[in-house]
Amino acid sequence: MFKPTSLTYLIAHSRRRSIASCRHLGTLVIAEHEGGSLTASSLSSIEAAGKLLSKDSSLSLLLAGAGPTLQEAAAKAASCHPSVSQVLVADSDKFKNPLAEPWAKLVHLVQQKGEYSHIIAASNSFGKNILPRAAALLDVSPITDVIDISESNTFVRPIYAGNALSTIRYTGSDPCMLTVRSTSFPVGSTSADSKTNPVPIHQVDLSTFSEDWNSRHVKQTTQDSERPDLGSARVVITGGRALKSAENFKLIEKLAEKLGAAVGATRAAVDAGYVPNDLQVGQTGKIVAPELYMAFGVSGAIQHIAGMRDSKVIVAVNKDADAPIFQVADYGLVGDLFEIIPELLEKLPEKK
Amino acid sequence: MKIMVAIKRVVDYAVKIRIKSDKTGVETTNVKMSMNPFCEIALEEALRMKESGVASEVIAVSMGPTQCVDTLRTGLAMGADRAIHVDAPSTLYPLTVAKLLKALVQVEKPGLLILGKQAIDDDCNQTGQMVAGLLNWPQGTFASKVVVDKEKKAATVDREVDGGLETLCLDLPAVITTDLRLNQPRYATLPNIMKAKSKPIKKMSLAELNVDLRSDLEVVQVTAPPVRKAGVILSSVDELVDKLKNEAHVI
Repeated sequence: MFKPTSLTYLIAHSRRRSIASCRHLGTLVIAEHEGGSLTASSLSSIEAAGKLLSKDSSLSLLLAGAGPTLQEAAAKAASCHPSVSQVLVADSDKFKNPLAEPWAKLVHLVQQKGEYSHIIAASNSFGKNILPRAAALLDVSPITDVIDISESNTFVRPIYAGNALSTIRYTGSDPCMLTVRSTSFPVGSTSADSKTNPVPIHQVDLSTFSEDWNSRHVKQTTQDSERPDLGSARVVITGGRALKSAENFKLIEKLAEKLGAAVGATRAAVDAGYVPNDLQVGQTGKIVAPELYMAFGVSGAIQHIAGMRDSKVIVAVNKDADAPIFQVADYGLVGDLFEIIPELLEKLPEKK
Repeated sequence: MKIMVAIKRVVDYAVKIRIKSDKTGVETTNVKMSMNPFCEIALEEALRMKESGVASEVIAVSMGPTQCVDTLRTGLAMGADRAIHVDAPSTLYPLTVAKLLKALVQVEKPGLLILGKQAIDDDCNQTGQMVAGLLNWPQGTFASKVVVDKEKKAATVDREVDGGLETLCLDLPAVITTDLRLNQPRYATLPNIMKAKSKPIKKMSLAELNVDLRSDLEVVQVTAPPVRKAGVILSSVDELVDKLKNEAHVI
C-alpha cells in the first residue's frame, strides 16, 4: 500500500513531468454574457479556441457575474458548442461590473487550479482591459488581436495599423494568453446546433478571494441603439467629416435604416461631435469586416483603413477623386454625397 | 504628488511603412520617428494636472536606444520637469517594459502613472494593464476624462468602452491609459524647446533596474497584408445599385 507521503510525491512528480514533456492541453475561454446569453464575441473566441483543440485536449469556459442571468448564461453556455467540455462559474457581486482588478485575480486563481495551456478572450474593450493584467500576474507575455492561429504556439497579428502582419511564436511557459479579433473567427454553423447533452457546470471556489479592491464602478452610460451591433453587422454605413454636421449625419442613419445596417464614423466625425465615439471605426476604434462597407465623405486615412480593410465589398463615395479611400474601394463614386445619398435612398431596394 | 509618464518613440503616424525584404520587420532607418500620439496625450494630461495644482512634478520616462533621448527632449519641451532614459535594445516587449516601469516606480514613487492606451507600431495595448497588475495598483484604461481629488487621494476616470462610457473611481496610486479623446496635446514653443535643453535626462541601465530582458515571444516573420484587387470608378447611382445587386450580391 502507498504511504501518503509517497503518494504526494508521485502526484507532484507526475505533474512536473507532464509540464516538462507533454503539455496539458486545456484551453480556457474567458466569456462574457449579456441578458442571460453569451455575447457574439465570446462565441467567436470559442471558435478560435476550437482551432487549438486536438483529440486529447479540452475546452473550458469561464463565466463570472452575479445573480440569475449568470446562471442562465452558464446553462446556455453548457450546450453552446460541441467542443466545450466544462463551464466554470464565478458568482459574486465582485464581478457585477467588469473591473480589471478582481477579474485578473480570478483568471490567476482559475489558472492555478486548472493549469491551462491557453487562455483566450475577445479583443474588445473587456478582453483588452483584463487579459494583459492577468498575464502580468502570471508572468507571461500576452498576444493581442490574433487574426490567425497556425500552430498551438504560432499566431498572426496585425501591426502598424494593419499595414503589416506579424507571425509570433510563443516560447514561454503555460499559459499562452491571447485576445482574438472576433471578425477573423466567424461563428460556424456547427456551433449553432446546440448540444443535446449539456456539459458540467462547476462553481469556482471563491473562499480565498480577497474582499477589498482599490477601484469602484461608478456608472455606465450606454448608447441606446436599435440598429445592429457595429462589430458584427452585415452592412456598415460610415460617414466622415464631409457630412459637416450632426444634423446631416441623419442622412447616413436613414440609409442605414433602409439597409438594416450599422452606422460607423471616422475619427474626424466623432471629434466634431456628429456621433458618439463608440461608433468610431479604425485602428483605435472598432474593427469591422462586414459584407458591405459603404463610406461617405471618408478620405481614407491609414488609421481608418485599419478598421475596415477586411470588409468583403467596399463602396466609397467622395467628391475628391484622389482620396486614398478609392485605393481600397471595390466600387467608387466621385460626387457630392448630399446628392448621392438621397438618390440611393430612392433607388435602393427595401431590406429583405 | 509626482506623476510619471511613459513615452515611446515610434514611426510617425503619417508614414506609409515598408516591410524589410528579409521579412524580419519594418524598415525604421531613415524613417521619420515621433512620439507615439497616445503618449503625447498622456503627457499633456499630466501637464494639465500639474498646472491645476494636483501634481508637483512630471517625470517623462522612455526605454530603448539612444535616440529615445530626442523623444524625451520633446516631452521636456512640452513641459515635463525631468526625464529618465533606460538604455535598452529597440525590441522590447510590453512585459519587459512593464517590469522596467515597475522598477522605476519603486525608485521615484509617483502617485500616478500615465501611459498611452497603445503604441501605434506594435498595437499591443498591454503595457499599462501589465504594470498595474505588477504593482497591484488599480487601472483606468482607455480614459477620456480624468478628475483627481487630492484630498481623497482618488481619481475618477471615464473610460471609452464598447457601447458607451464607463465611470470608475480609483484609489491613488493608480495607472491610467489614455484614449484619443482625453485632450488635445500642446505644441512645444521655441522658448520651451530652448529651455528643455537644460532640463535633466537621467540615464539608467538595465542592470541598475535589475530587469531580465529574456522574452517569451519570437517574431517568426513580418509580411505585407493581402492586397485588395483594384476596384472600379462608377459613373452613376444606378450603376452602383446594379453592381451591388447583380455583381457583388450584397443587397
